[in-house]
This record gives sequence, structure tokens and C-alpha cells, in this order.
Amino acid sequence: MAGAKNHDYHILPPSITPLLGSVTAFIMFFGLVMMFQPKVFGTYGSLVFGAGLIGVLYTFWTWWSDVINEAHAGDHTPVVQLHLRYGMIMFIASEVMFFVGWFWAWFDYSLFPVPLEVAYDEVKHTFDITNLFGQEGAAAASQFPAKGLEVFDAFSLPLLNTLILLCSGTTVTWAHHALLHGDRKGLINGLWVTIILGAIFSCVQAYEYSIAPFPFAGLNYGTAFFMATGFHGFHVIVGTIFLAVCLGRAYKGHFTPQQHFGFEAAAWYWHFVDVVWLFLFVVVYVWGGWGAPVHS
Amino acid sequence: MSTIAATANEFQAHGDDHAHDADHKPAFFARWFMSTNHKDIGTLYLIFAICAGIIGGGISGMMRWELAEPGIQHLTAWASWHNGLVGGGEATLNEAYHMWNVLITAHGLIMVFFMVMPAIIGGFGNWFVPIMIGAPDMAFPRMNNISFWLTVVAFIMLLGSSFVPGGSGYGAGTGWTVYAPLSTSGSVGPAVDMAIFSLHLAGAASILGAINFITTIFNMRAPGMTIHKMPLFVWSVLVTAFLLLLALPVLAAAITMLLVDRNFGGAFFDAAAGGDPVLYQHLFWFFGHPEVYIMILPGFGIVSQIVSTFSRKPVFGYLGMAYAMVAIGVVGFVVWAHHMFTTGLSVDMKMYFTAATMVIAVPTGIKIFSWIATMWGGSVSFKTPMVWAMGFIFMFTVGGVTGVVLANGGLDDNLHDTYYVVAHFHYVLSLGAVFSLFAGFYYWFGKMSGRHLNEFLGHLHFWLFFIGVNVLFFPMHFLGNQGMPRRIPDYNAAFAYWNQIASYGYVIMGVGVLVFFANVFWSLLAGRKAEGNYWGEGATTLEWTLSSPPPFHQFETLPVVK
Ligand code: HEM
Ligand SMILES: [Cu+2]
Repeated sequence: MAGAKNHDYHILPPSITPLLGSVTAFIMFFGLVMMFQPKVFGTYGSLVFGAGLIGVLYTFWTWWSDVINEAHAGDHTPVVQLHLRYGMIMFIASEVMFFVGWFWAWFDYSLFPVPLEVAYDEVKHTFDITNLFGQEGAAAASQFPAKGLEVFDAFSLPLLNTLILLCSGTTVTWAHHALLHGDRKGLINGLWVTIILGAIFSCVQAYEYSIAPFPFAGLNYGTAFFMATGFHGFHVIVGTIFLAVCLGRAYKGHFTPQQHFGFEAAAWYWHFVDVVWLFLFVVVYVWGGWGAPVHS
Repeated sequence: MSTIAATANEFQAHGDDHAHDADHKPAFFARWFMSTNHKDIGTLYLIFAICAGIIGGGISGMMRWELAEPGIQHLTAWASWHNGLVGGGEATLNEAYHMWNVLITAHGLIMVFFMVMPAIIGGFGNWFVPIMIGAPDMAFPRMNNISFWLTVVAFIMLLGSSFVPGGSGYGAGTGWTVYAPLSTSGSVGPAVDMAIFSLHLAGAASILGAINFITTIFNMRAPGMTIHKMPLFVWSVLVTAFLLLLALPVLAAAITMLLVDRNFGGAFFDAAAGGDPVLYQHLFWFFGHPEVYIMILPGFGIVSQIVSTFSRKPVFGYLGMAYAMVAIGVVGFVVWAHHMFTTGLSVDMKMYFTAATMVIAVPTGIKIFSWIATMWGGSVSFKTPMVWAMGFIFMFTVGGVTGVVLANGGLDDNLHDTYYVVAHFHYVLSLGAVFSLFAGFYYWFGKMSGRHLNEFLGHLHFWLFFIGVNVLFFPMHFLGNQGMPRRIPDYNAAFAYWNQIASYGYVIMGVGVLVFFANVFWSLLAGRKAEGNYWGEGATTLEWTLSSPPPFHQFETLPVVK
């Protein structure tokens, strides 16, 4: 049945990138384990991790370079573009479920609180955490956030960050409209503003972390707070990089009003990150901190 | 306003100068290590799953050997040998017990993540989903390959974990469920970290695979192949892919929390610091219950194809069969806490989860009855795949019935963590999922390899395996009812009788597996050449319109389905 390809699907030549990516991902994770366990593996963990990470980043680079080159070669027929759309939507769906896990932890702690008492030791700069379970006053102390814990004022920096992200959602739409109208200048400007807003968001978040009135370790509130907002922050950074790549491609003239899925995927991702933040703002900052004294 | 149409022409340009020769195969390394071909990747998955199955099955042999009589017979020697591999000395009793935990953990994780899933989704799914819908390949051929290699490195990570400290001995001894706090403060050392990262890698592989299957099935159906004409195997993989896509990320979050608690002083599951160990169980089973359907739904699909082929009739109630799987998939997301009846759920919660769980028996019943109705009045030919499929239906029904028993929150207070549960899930897995795997293997081996398997050896394999696993697992119901707890290497002498019988069953099953391998080797060396449609008029799906094996790239011109 030898014959010529007579359909619009994308049949690919062999590629070493998947094997490379898998091996380097293995090295990266193994390096992490080494870093976790210096007693067993000695002190070279960060080197191994770094080597693996470089390999993984190189894999991303070559992989997506290949995709872009294939797009330029005309391999992305309408049906293949549809594949890419489906793929991105599904990827975002799986990301949503990943966040469900972190929110689940948050709801568990806030709806079924454990009687804890938190006191800050001004001299040693540590938190003393006492679990009153089974002791007198346990029922009265069953609250979330724990008794004695100070939290962020939701309507200060977090609200500012909410506005920044919402604003960036509109600027990325501005970029999209410009692109659809063949207005490269507008596309570039819109992307620049979005990226800057994303970077400001990350800076504000980092600053907020640095003045947190609660610890990461040893307390459910802190661990859940930092991991949920931290994973969101990581996604903001990834989204910003994604947009920056699009910016570079916009300068190079890669996008046309007809074909620009790379940009759309970045925009979808950005909106997803935005929506997760809205949930974090409402659930973690506003509702989750309700009634607790505010750190000033 | 500047325009950005600079490269627009390039986009449209070389669209058509990619002429491929359908049977041009790349050289060895490029073909097997850099593959972008769904059939080759499917073959890789099958070979990988067989290797993992041999290891996982060997481990269960060690377990049955130890359990054949009360007392600790072999564990200390095995643990000492294992210590020796990494430079340790004679094993203590504690290390021997740890060895047991490592064995059951490895057995569970290997069979679930590195045998059943790679074989049934990676292997058969890859091979036959594109062909059955009339597509030349998967939607994302390169991503398909990274799914495979990530599974391989995940497996290496898991195997590697057994050579590093994991608490009271070498290796991860947490059980496949990795419950906290045993997996956090209870297991010092890198073994559990490695096991967790192994799950991260395998999970990423499966999520990418799920995206690939969903996109392929939605977008690449041949002209005329509407959703409601898709073969049931394709339906089953579609539903499975959605379960993977939505359940695995929750597991990823849960095991990441374990890492945080283990290595960064996190308090997720540390009750003293306000954390909640039961939270881990919720997250795990929110993944875990869909996971059990991930392992069985493609088996449903395979059995549907086979029953219809050998009854020479279309499947009875096609649409009901398809949507029963959808229903199982949907309801499967809201029953998870039937694994947690003894964690102190309120009575209301137990009632809800009991009722919701039983609801799943309805679509499951629809499937069983429709298979029977398909055979009813058909001229059934009892070729090897068909006997395996019928074995599946029978055994899966037994497992389903004990599932409904366990679904009763009140009863489960007594049965939870006993051998009754072990019996239940081995009836649905070792006798359900595994039977469907063998059925599929006998059904499609000729298509994949171009050579026939031997019918006599196939039947012999079936009967040895069928008798073996029933002798092996049926007594576990009795042991469970008598109160024998699961996950222990030693037991009260009162349980000796049925344990011994069970271990004999393992031997019978093992002989059956040897027959299987003999059959495969015989066929590859001397098997009769298989023609395109060797099952005849009952086999109506698109893979039977192709040669055996199919060309390197099939459907260069898309088939049109009436
Ligand atoms: C009619 C459908 C089913 C029902 C009502 C059902 C019900 C249950 C219940 C209530 C348990 C918990 C028992 C306990 O731990 O005390 C359980 C455990 C289990 N079931 Fe099922 N089940 C069904 C089908 C399946 C299928 C199709 C599979 C896999 C192919 C499966 C695999 C398992 C596994 C692996 C466990 C044990 C997990 C562990 O604790 O390690 N079940 N089932
Ligand atoms: Cu379940």
C-alpha cells in the first residue's frame, strides 16, 4: 500500500527530543531527591538537578522550535491547528484539576478547623504552635485561621494584585484584537503592557511573601497558603514567559491574522491564571482570613 | 498601522511537498528510540508492559511463597540478600517486615502503573484507536513518544527506590496508596521521595497520553465515522482518557503535598500542626476510584469487540453500551469515599457514598447483560480470544458483586482492610483487567505481528490461568470473612488452610503464563502467516481491512465509512 500522503494530518519524522526530555526529566527529579537527602547522597544534588533542568529547558526549546518551524513549513493545516486547540484546552483542564487539589486542602482546614493556638515569640522570631486537641478550651479554639494568627489584609496588596491581573487580562485582549486587524504595532504594545503587568504582579507577590506574618512550616494555614499561592505564582511566571515568547515572535512577524495559535494559547493560559487568582483571592484571602486579626 | 502578513505566504507554501512512502521504515535506532509512529509506540508499550508484568508477577510469587504457611519463612533471607546488594549486612526482623512492605508496594504500583495502564491504553489504545477510526496516526505523534519514554524513566525511578533507605529498611514500604503519615514522618530516607517522583513522571506521561487520545478521537475520525459509529473500544478509550485527564492532576497535587511535608516541614498531613491525614485519603481516592475504572474501561471495550466478532453480530444495544461507559466514568468521580468508610465519616456521609457507589452497579449491569444478549442466539465460535472474553465476563461479575457488598458502609466496617477486599479487587483486576488484556492480545496479535498464535496453547493457557487464579483468589473471600487482615506477612495458624490453597493456585497460574510465553515465541518463530482478516465476517472494524501487519503508515488515503 505504498503511496503518497493524501490527507491533511501531520505525519512526523522521527525525533530524539522525547527521549532526551524523558532522560533529562529523570535526572532533574533524581537531583531533587539528592538535594532532599544530603545525608544519603552527599552535596552534589544541586549540580545533578541543574544539569537535568538545563536538559529539560533545552527539550522545551527544541521541541517548540520544531513546532514553529513546522508551522512555517505549512504542516499546520486547519485540522492540525484544531488539534492544537483541543490539546491546549485539555492541558488547561488538567491544570484546573491540579489546583482543585490545593483548594481542597484549604477547604479541609477552614471548614474542619483544628484547635490551635499560635503565639509569635518577638525575641526568637519564631512561632509557638500549641495543639489544644482533647484539652480544655479546645472547642472554643477551633477556628480558622488559628487563634493568635495574623493574616494579610485582603483589601491591600492582594486587591492591588487582583486589579493588576484583571487589567492584564484586558491588555492581552487588546493585543489579540490588534493581531486580528493586522496591527503589529498594537500587538507588540499590548503584549509589552501585559508582560509588564505580569512582572509587577510577581514582584508584589514576592514582596508580600517577604513580610508574611505566618510561617510556611509547622502550621497548616501557612503551608496551604504558600503552596496554593506559590503554585499560582509559578504559573504566572510560566505565563509571562509564554507571552514573552509571543512578543519575540511578534517582532519576527510570525503571526498573521489567519494563523496565530501560539499567541492564542498564551492568551488562554493567561486567562486561566487570572481566573485561578480570582478564586484564590476570594477563597484564601477574603473568606479564608475572615475574622482573623490583620497584619499591619 | 503596520501589517504583519510578512510570512503569510510561507504558511501556505510547502503544504504539499511532504510526500511519504507508506512503507518506508526508519533505521533501527530512529525507529525504536525516536518513534513518531503509533503502531511502533504501541509495540514498545506492549513489550514494556510485559517486562513490568514479569517483575510485578514475580514479586507476587514471592509474596505467595512467604504466605504459603504461617510464620516468617523467607523474608529475612530475602531482606539480607537485598541488604547485600547495597552493601548492608544480615537483616533484622524489622528489616524483614520492611521487606514485606516493599514487596506489596512494588507489586501494586508496578501492576497498576507499569503493567495494566501501559498495556491496555499505551499498547492496544495506541495500536488500534487510530486504525479503528480510520486515521493515519495519533494527533500528536511526537508527544505520543514522550508519553512512552516518561513511563520508562518513571519505572526506573521506582525500581531505583528499592536500593536506597526508606525507613526501617531499603525501599519504599508505604503501600501503593502512599498514605500519610506512614509516607511522611513514617518513612525517613529517599526511597519514598523516589517513589513519589516516579508517580509524577508516570502521571505526566498519562496526562499527555490522555490529551493525545481525546484529540485524536474527536478530530481524526474518517469521513462518515460519526461519534455514534465509533467502535466501542474507541469509546472506552475516550472515556478513560477523560478520567485520566481529570483524576491524575489531583493525585499529582496530593503527592506533591507529601513531598512538602517530608522535605520542607509542611503541615498538610501533620495533625499536630493543624494538618489532616484524612485529607490525603480524600485526595488519593478522588484519583484512586477513577483510576480503577481507567484500568477496566478499555477492557470493557476490548471485550465488546471480541464478543461481537465471535458472535458474528453487532453488539447488543450499542448506544446503551457506549453511554453506560460514560455514566460509569461520570459517577466514578463521586464515590471515592467508599474506600474510607472506617476513617470516621459521619453516618450521613456513609449513606451517601454507599448509595452513590451502588448506582454504578446499574450501568455495569447494562454492560454485562448486553454482552450476554450479544452472544444470545449468535453462532458463537469459541476461539481463544472469545474464551478469554467470556472468562472476563464471568470473573468480572464476581468482582462486581463483591464490590456491591463492600459498598455497604456498615458491612465494610468489618470487611475493610481484610482479605475480602483483596479478593474483590483481584477479581476485577487480575481476573478482569488482565483477562481482557489476554483477550485483546490473542485477538490482535496476528494483526500486530503478522503471525498466528497457536489455538491449542491459547486454550491451554486459558484453562490453566482460569483455574489458577480462581484457586488463588477465591479462598481470599473466606479469609476475609474470617477476619484475616491484608498487608501482613505472618498470620494466625487458623488462616493456614486457605492460604496454602491460594499459593497452590499461584503455581497453576504461573504454569499458564509459561504456556503463554511458549505460545508467543513459537508463533514468532514458526507461526502461520496471518491474512488481513483472519477472524472472518464477524470482524467488521477497520483494522481488518488492512494487511497483517498493517503498512507503516496506513490510510494514506482516508477510508470512507458508510
Ligand atoms: C460494581 C462496581 C464496584 C464497586 C461497587 C466497588 C466497590 C469497592 C469498595 C466499596 C471498595 C473498598 C473496600 C475497602 O477498602 O474496604 C473497593 C476496593 C477496591 N476496588 Fe472496587 N468496586 C467496584 C468495581 C471495581 C473495579 C472495576 C475495579 C478495578 C478494575 C475495582 C478495584 C478496586 C480496588 C483496587 C480496591 C482496593 C483499593 C485498596 O484499598 O488498595 N473495583 N471497591
Ligand atoms: Cu472505588
